[in-house]
Amino acid sequence: MKRAILLPLALCLWLCAMAANAAIEELDFDSPEQEARYHFLIDEMRCPMCLNANLSGSDAPIAADLRAEIHSQILEGKSNAEIIAFMKARYGDFILYRPPLNPATTLLWFGPLVLLALGLFVARRLLRQQRFQPAAPDLSLEEQARLQSLLNDEDSPAS
Amino acid sequence: MSNRTKLFIPAAFFITMLGLLFYGLGRDPSHVPSALVNRPLPEFSKPALLDEMSTVDSSELKGGIFLVNVWATWCPTCVAEHAYLLEMSQHEKNVTFVGVNYKDDVGAARDFLTQRGNPFKYNLVDADGRLGIDLGVAAAPETFLVDATGTIRYRHVGAIDNRVWAQTIEPILAQIQ
Repeated sequence: MKRAILLPLALCLWLCAMAANAAIEELDFDSPEQEARYHFLIDEMRCPMCLNANLSGSDAPIAADLRAEIHSQILEGKSNAEIIAFMKARYGDFILYRPPLNPATTLLWFGPLVLLALGLFVARRLLRQQRFQPAAPDLSLEEQARLQSLLNDEDSPAS
Repeated sequence: MSNRTKLFIPAAFFITMLGLLFYGLGRDPSHVPSALVNRPLPEFSKPALLDEMSTVDSSELKGGIFLVNVWATWCPTCVAEHAYLLEMSQHEKNVTFVGVNYKDDVGAARDFLTQRGNPFKYNLVDADGRLGIDLGVAAAPETFLVDATGTIRYRHVGAIDNRVWAQTIEPILAQIQ
């Protein structure tokens, strides 16, 4: 009985292992430091074909090519800065997941802060205006009498 | 500023935002500006597609206007634009058409050009996509216009058709000729 369950289970695990192997490329590095740099770079760079996936998270053919390119450049001894410059020269700032701070991206970086400051300023003005507004106008004698009678009514038990 | 005019500030802000967002809505998010426009065509030396023994060198692509088309038989859009490129290559005598066969099966690519016609004066093989990376290609088809000084003047992502030619390529050709 036990074997009847074990066999399909083992097969299942084996298939899972196969699938995992297919998704991750096996790469050789000279040192763990190189491997760490590789993972840093493929996480920081965007796949040029996909709008919102980095090189490590994309199955697109170009992402695989660029991963291979980064791998071989690391093995050639290129520095991170050199590899990033290589990619930027070909794919522009778009390849970088974190947009660099330059005149074209000023609005992107500081726009939200400006909007927040504007919102705080408007909120402050509104609150201040409210504070200076006089309280509700005083009731006339007639209205006070009515209010009193209404309150008295409430106090007395409901008829 | 009078209090009356102040009342219009939110409205003005709203309309500005509306305009900005509407502008954003009309933009194609997949349009990525090319890093290679106004830069020289990368240097290369690649095997010729139709003649195994010879190579195509980037130094041959000098002193004229070149349309460099990155294509492959596995790419349906490339297959679709092929007929139009063939037609334009016969029309536009001032433009030299160059085909970069990108990560393709060389036999299939040869058969394709033999059967459907060859729009390209130069055909080169980029088997591993290395030239594609140098050109900043994300996926085939992509097309580059190169002027007489060897500078890339325009990059088009996707198929070339009548509309693209009339609206974009024609004006650039008029400018660089």
